[in-house]
Amino acid sequence: MEYTILILLLPFLSFLLLGIAGKWFSHRAAGLIGTCCLAVVTILSYMTAYDFFTMPRTAEGVIEAMPPVVNFTWLPFFAEGLKFEMGILLDPISVMMLIVISTVSFMVHIYSFGYMHGERGFQRYYAFLSLFTMSMLGLVVATNIFQMYLFWELVGVSSYLLIGFYYTSPAAIAASKKAFIVTRFADMFFLIGILIYGYYCGTFSFDFAGEARGFAAGGFMLPTALLLMFIGGAGKSAMFPLHIWLPDAMEGPTPVSALIHAATMVVAGVFQIARLFPLWIQYAPDTLHIVAWVGAFTAFYAASVACVQSDIKRVLAFSTISQIAFMMVALGVCTEITTGHEHPGSLGYMASMFHLFTHAMFKALLFLGAGCIIHAVHSNEMSAMGGLRKYMPITHITFLIACLAISGIPPFSGFFSKDEILTACFAYSPAMGWIMTAIAGMTAFYMFRLYYGIFWGTENKQLHAEHTPHEAPLTMTVPLMVLALITIFCGWALNFGSYVSADGRDYQIHLDWSVAGTSIVVAIVAIALATFIYARDKQPVADKLASQFSSLHKWAYHRFYMDEVYQFITHRIIFAHISKPIAWFDRHVVDGFFNFLAWGTNALGFEIRGLQSGSVQKYAFVFLLGALLLLFIMII
Amino acid sequence: MDYSQFLYMHEELSLLLVITILFVADLIMCPDKKSGRGVYNTCLPVVLLTLHTVLNLLPCAGDTATSAFGGMYQHTPMMTIVKSVLNVGTLVVFLMAHDWLRREENKVKQGEFYLLTLFTLLGMYFMISAGHFLMFFIGLELASIPLAGLVAFDKLRYESAEAGAKFILLALFSSALLLYGVSLLYGAAGTLYFDEFFSQLRPGLLSVLGMTFFVTGMGFKISLVPFHLWTADTYQGAPTVVTGYLSVVSKGAAAFVLLTVLYKVFALTPLFEAWNHGLFWIIILTITVANLFAIRQKNLKRFMAFSAISQAGYVILPVMGGTAQGMTALVYYLLVYMAANLGAFAVINVVEQRSGKINIDDYDGLYRTNPKLAFLMTLCLFSLAGIPPFAGFFSKFFGFMAAFNAGEHLLVFIALVNTVISLYYYLLIVKAMYIKTSDSPIATFKSDGYTRVALAVCLLGVVLLGIVGTVYNYIDTFSYA
Repeated sequence: MEYTILILLLPFLSFLLLGIAGKWFSHRAAGLIGTCCLAVVTILSYMTAYDFFTMPRTAEGVIEAMPPVVNFTWLPFFAEGLKFEMGILLDPISVMMLIVISTVSFMVHIYSFGYMHGERGFQRYYAFLSLFTMSMLGLVVATNIFQMYLFWELVGVSSYLLIGFYYTSPAAIAASKKAFIVTRFADMFFLIGILIYGYYCGTFSFDFAGEARGFAAGGFMLPTALLLMFIGGAGKSAMFPLHIWLPDAMEGPTPVSALIHAATMVVAGVFQIARLFPLWIQYAPDTLHIVAWVGAFTAFYAASVACVQSDIKRVLAFSTISQIAFMMVALGVCTEITTGHEHPGSLGYMASMFHLFTHAMFKALLFLGAGCIIHAVHSNEMSAMGGLRKYMPITHITFLIACLAISGIPPFSGFFSKDEILTACFAYSPAMGWIMTAIAGMTAFYMFRLYYGIFWGTENKQLHAEHTPHEAPLTMTVPLMVLALITIFCGWALNFGSYVSADGRDYQIHLDWSVAGTSIVVAIVAIALATFIYARDKQPVADKLASQFSSLHKWAYHRFYMDEVYQFITHRIIFAHISKPIAWFDRHVVDGFFNFLAWGTNALGFEIRGLQSGSVQKYAFVFLLGALLLLFIMII
Repeated sequence: MDYSQFLYMHEELSLLLVITILFVADLIMCPDKKSGRGVYNTCLPVVLLTLHTVLNLLPCAGDTATSAFGGMYQHTPMMTIVKSVLNVGTLVVFLMAHDWLRREENKVKQGEFYLLTLFTLLGMYFMISAGHFLMFFIGLELASIPLAGLVAFDKLRYESAEAGAKFILLALFSSALLLYGVSLLYGAAGTLYFDEFFSQLRPGLLSVLGMTFFVTGMGFKISLVPFHLWTADTYQGAPTVVTGYLSVVSKGAAAFVLLTVLYKVFALTPLFEAWNHGLFWIIILTITVANLFAIRQKNLKRFMAFSAISQAGYVILPVMGGTAQGMTALVYYLLVYMAANLGAFAVINVVEQRSGKINIDDYDGLYRTNPKLAFLMTLCLFSLAGIPPFAGFFSKFFGFMAAFNAGEHLLVFIALVNTVISLYYYLLIVKAMYIKTSDSPIATFKSDGYTRVALAVCLLGVVLLGIVGTVYNYIDTFSYA
């Protein structure tokens, strides 16, 4: 399947073309170039998936990873051993990610036609989108952890560029810097982890089969390396306490939020753990549970914050954090690689990937829907909305479908994937199972709070009088409808487990009705509660609750002051007590030394300038002297 | 006699053919005095040299390591690579030279420029492929005597004539020392064939003495400290195009030859320790002293001279330890260095031709008037300084790695520190171009087509040679020790 290399090359070429020559294209031409490239990439991705999953399985019914389609040595560090390779690895999860990325990216490309219409820097926008898509695709098909890291950073850069797309807005600039710095800080650990891993295991490759001896030699260092890599993943995937950049990242254009900060880039951390899953499960199963608990806490924290936010994109951002945490939990509760249907020690792996897949679709749908709404009312605040269902029927219906999916109502896709996660959690420990069920209930509650706040409730007449909301153009609603269709069907029509599972065997998804029943009941109760509180024009219960628990409400509204905690830690502790002394040392001791060195260099240069006198006789003399000196050195 | 041996020399022969064609063409197509239009244009030598380069790179019978004429002439695939690198360097110099040769005073001399340059190139070919010290010496002289003519090409300009005189005097001096060294080596081994040398060499003071003078002579060509004193004056005085040629092609050939001779002749003898020790100090001195001088320069060509000396230290850094990896790193470094340095010289040359300005101060505010040139210059300087992701970073990386693997940890550390110093002075020029402003900046101009092609080639080299990792691996498949 050599054509897979085109999947990486096409968006890259489109980036180069639009980035370098963009200003000579009209908006329409630039958008078409980007979108057509992505259309081809999408088709190729689907072809890859078809070819890959129809390949014959091994005798045990395992789908095997293909030997890398392309793999060349980029930088050989040593003659043998460590080297830096670049290639394309196709295995179930990377092919699945190809589908997710290309589909969502393609939808976003089409959608942006309408959303970004007439914006300044339209060509630049499409160039960055192409760059991002290329980097993300490169990340998932990486054959080794170093290549993954390279594209990981590229993804970070393109995210930075896109968040700061409206570079005249100070908030966007601040948000882009925050996102970059926080994720870079986390990536530092990732890099350290990679280096430890490479040092002890003697390889960067994802081919774990032949390297067992090296891994055994890693011993205690291997879990450490994996944990450090997880910190990197936590930064990208916005796990507590490194989540602070994601809500601010909503300053970017909404389609970008849909693509990068909901569907693809933010799940890179989940993908990273899934990619290294054989190592985690075999050499560091205990460390893996740390991931589960970090995830569970993050899920709870983000869900509780999401309940009180008033900016619709912020609500979605926190809901994204919470849902990614679900995926993390699902991976974290795995205990061993098991086969068969009844002992789900590694069910979480499949569940996590399944949820990643479904979540990407319905969360992109939610964000794109939110984009339509923002496009219609020119505001992110819920107070500017209300009663929009009359004006925007398509957005309304698709948004509702996505809300039902994320709440876990059958037959929408989210129900199936969330159910698998909950089953895996219950299998790990009942406590974890109940915690996650409760958080799933919170999810349903805040999503329907959002839904009612936007489409029902009081209409903001004053605002709507000036500017009547209208349904978005077709370029924006078609992607909504496509994603909604996927959300409706891919849960029950797609037998996800037969393609992606921890051991590669065909896993038949079957519902555990005790778990599924509970989660449906919880979701329905939560939705009913939200309906009771928020569906009417006036919301006395909500106001009363807010005033009764005013301090709690305030805390949650300010995201439990996590940003302020960071401010305090960085400014008051790190800057004041660590950076300042270091700065003093730097200014006086280090600079002093280098100033001395510079002075010395200059003085020495001045002293020996006589050497370069211009007289040939002298040159010959020095030459001979040098020869004799060299002779002296060689003899001794 | 077996005439088929000449086939092994097909590279030299094809270059000789190019020279002959150009020579005849020069006779027939001398410039028309009345109309003042030069009939002879840059196109012919460029096309011929391109053909020659491409033909040499095609696979043919002589692709395996062989020796001909009783061991006088030797050939390995690596040598083809190096010769091709030199060809490309010369080609870029020819492209750059167009603007300069079109000037009134140079029109009549166009043909001479090409012939002299190609003769030195032929000399380098023989030097590289020599299997005998005398053969090597003839190549060396063929490569350096026409160079003096090139340096003094603007003979009516005082600096150029002076530079030529200094160059020829010191070149003769160094050649004499080198020949003296060779004669001592003959005394020590009783043979001048490279192949037999190490088996017959009697270790002792005589052989060390001979080798020292040999290294001294090569040190002159590569401009290693303390044999570098001619460099600054000659580089400054010579026409800029010739300076570019001197700093890249001539230096590159000599560096590779030093490596092959050290590997082939001395590595297997007890002298190995001695030359490794001697090179250690030469490299430290070269890099450090050149950096010290470079910081203080005002004239850009003089500045580039010291930068080139410092780079020469990095070029021969991988020679330490005498490994195959070192050979790859050196050839790769040459290739990358060529792209960046010729790019910088192409900019300097076109600016000098159009405005006559050559001081660093003159470049103040270049970005405002000629943004593309300033940008290209910046990329080349970044590559020279070794900033990723440009090719220079990778070449330095591989060079350091080769030396590090050979156990030269201290040397690599000193070289690293010097990289930081070099970054400082390279950035001085970038600062002048971008940050400083000037009352009389260099006026906006359009470069000619040939210069643009030259710049494009260099730009491609600077950007792609590093990122496309297969280049290094390709060179690596031919390296030996």
